[in-house]
Amino acid sequence: MAGVEQSKAQDMGLHTEQLTGRTQQRFFNATEEENYTYPWAHEVDFDKQAEFDAAEMEISAINLKIRALMQQGYGDIKVTNPRAKHSLGVGILNRLKLTFDGSLGYFGCGLIDGPNIHVTGRVGWSCAENMMAGTVVIDKVAGSTFGAAIRGGDLVCRGDVGSRTGIDQKGGTIIVGGRTGAFSGFMMQRGRMVICGDAGKNLGDSMYDGTIYVGGQITDLGVDCVEGEMTDLDVKWLRAKLALYGVEPKNGIENMTKLVSGKQLWNYDNLEPAEKKLVL
Amino acid sequence: MCGIAGLIHRGKSTDIGEEMTEMLQSLKHRGPDSTGFALYGVPDGDKLVMRFKVAEQEDLHGFEIHDQIKQRQAEVDERLGELGAKILERHQATEYASRYVLDYDGDTRELANFIEDIEGAEILSLGRGLELIKDLGDANTVSDQYALRGFNGTHAIGHTRMATESDVDIRSAHPYWAYPFSDISVVHNGQLTNYWKLRREMTRGGHRFMSNCDSELIAVYIADRMNKGDDLESAMHRSVDELDGVFTYLVATKDELGMAKDVMAAKPMVLYESEDFVGLASEEVAIRSIFPREIDTWDPYDGEVRVWQA
Repeated sequence: MAGVEQSKAQDMGLHTEQLTGRTQQRFFNATEEENYTYPWAHEVDFDKQAEFDAAEMEISAINLKIRALMQQGYGDIKVTNPRAKHSLGVGILNRLKLTFDGSLGYFGCGLIDGPNIHVTGRVGWSCAENMMAGTVVIDKVAGSTFGAAIRGGDLVCRGDVGSRTGIDQKGGTIIVGGRTGAFSGFMMQRGRMVICGDAGKNLGDSMYDGTIYVGGQITDLGVDCVEGEMTDLDVKWLRAKLALYGVEPKNGIENMTKLVSGKQLWNYDNLEPAEKKLVL
Repeated sequence: MCGIAGLIHRGKSTDIGEEMTEMLQSLKHRGPDSTGFALYGVPDGDKLVMRFKVAEQEDLHGFEIHDQIKQRQAEVDERLGELGAKILERHQATEYASRYVLDYDGDTRELANFIEDIEGAEILSLGRGLELIKDLGDANTVSDQYALRGFNGTHAIGHTRMATESDVDIRSAHPYWAYPFSDISVVHNGQLTNYWKLRREMTRGGHRFMSNCDSELIAVYIADRMNKGDDLESAMHRSVDELDGVFTYLVATKDELGMAKDVMAAKPMVLYESEDFVGLASEEVAIRSIFPREIDTWDPYDGEVRVWQA
C-alpha cells in the first residue's frame, strides 16, 4: 500500500489532495502486480466445457456452481433452464464463455469484467448493470434500465428493450436491435448507444457526453440532447460494430440519426439565470 | 415494493385459486406483509357473492372482541333481512371473515352502506363472479386459511404487499373492490402523489374510502369514471393522465382484465400472451411458476394500457 505522504498516484497527477488526521485511503500503485488482477479472477481453458441444469437450483447455488467450475478451469459453461431467476451470472471477473439457455430475471450479468455471455431468451430489468468489460448478447427482448451505468464492453439485445436504457452510461457500447422506451440515455456520460428501431420520449435527457445513434423514429429529445453530424467515421464504426452482432437498422446505417450532448447543462451552475431558462 | 399478478383464461375456466397462489407465492420477496386474491368464478345465475369481515386480525387480542364479532355478524344477518336479501349459503372462512351467497336484486350501494354502518364491518367484495380474499401473511398462508386451491374460474388478480404508506392490516391490503360496482377489483404497485387531492374530490362526489392506502383510490377512480359512462379501457387511459406518481396496476371486471403503466414506466410488469391465456406479473418468475416450459415474455411500455376479454 502506498503511503499518503507521496504516492505513485500523486506522482502521476491523478490527485493532489493531502489527507490528514485518521483518514486512511488505499491508492492505486502501478508497480504493484496485484492491482492488475482481481482476487476472484480465475484462469480458465476455453476448450474445457461444462453444462448443468438450473431448473431446481436456488440463485446462490447457480452462481456458486459457475464459480466452482471456473475454479476448476472450465472456460465454456452452459446453464440450461435458468427460468428467469434473478441475479444470475453476476460478479464474473475473468474471461469466460457463458451461455444461459433460457431467460434471466432482474439484475442478470451485473458487475462483470471480462466474460462473453450469451442469453438465448430474454432478460428482465437492469441487465449487465455496472458492466466493465466483455460482451453480453441477448437473443430476445430486455426489460428496463438495460445496461445501467456500464463502463465498458458490448451489451447487445437483438429485440426490443424497456425504458431508461443506458441510464448513467459511463462507457462501452449498448446495441438495441429493436426499439427502446422512454428516458433512454438519461444522464449518459460516455460511451455509445445504438438503437436500430424507434426511441421513446425524452431520449438522452440531461446527457453529459457520449453518442446515441437511432435508426427509427424518435418520439422526442430530452433536455440538452441535440442532433450531431453523422461523419464517415461514424458510419464506418457502426458498420463494423453492428456486423459483429448481425443487427442493422431497417433504413440503413447511413440514415441513422446521431445525437450528442449540447453541453449546456453539464456546467449548469456557471450559467446566467437567463441562460438556464434557455437550457431547460 | 409490492408484487402484483394477473391471469385470464380465454373461453374456459380452470383452477385459478391454485394458479394465483403459486404466482403470488413466488412474489413473496416483494412484500410479505399481506396477500390478497380477487378470483372470478363462474356466476351462478343472478346470485350475489358477498365477502366481508367484521374485525381486523389484530383486533382478536381484545377481551370482548369474540362476543363483539358474533354480535356484528348477527347484525349483518339482520340488516340483510331488512333489505330483503335472502342468505342462500353462508361460510365462516375465519372467525372474522365470511362468505355469503345472496338472493338480492336491490341497490348494491344501499346494501354496502347499510352493512358497513356496523362497527368493524367492511365488505371486501360484492359480485356475481368476484370473490375477494385478503389477509395477513404470504400467499400459501392466506390460500390455506381460506381454502382457495381448487377455486374454479376464468380470471384473477392478486397482490403481495410491502406496507409503505399505511398500516399492516386487512383494510390496507389489496385487492380493492371498486365500491359500489359489483365485480370490479384493482391491485397496484407504486405510489400516487396526488392521492389526497383526488381523494377529497371523490369523497365530495359521494365515494367512500375504507383505508388510507393510495391504491384504494385507483379502484374508486375507475368506479367513478365507469359511473360517468366510460368503458374500462377509456377509464384506464384517463387514469394514466390524471393519476400522478409511479404506478403499474391491474383491474378486473366480470369478464375483463386490464393493465396500465404510468408514463415514466417506473414500476415493473412482465407480460405473457398466448391465444387462450394471458399472464402478467411484477416479475417473470411468477408467470413461470405456472409455466414450467420456455415462454416468450415482454415488458409493456410507458403509458401503455391493455384490456383482455375472458
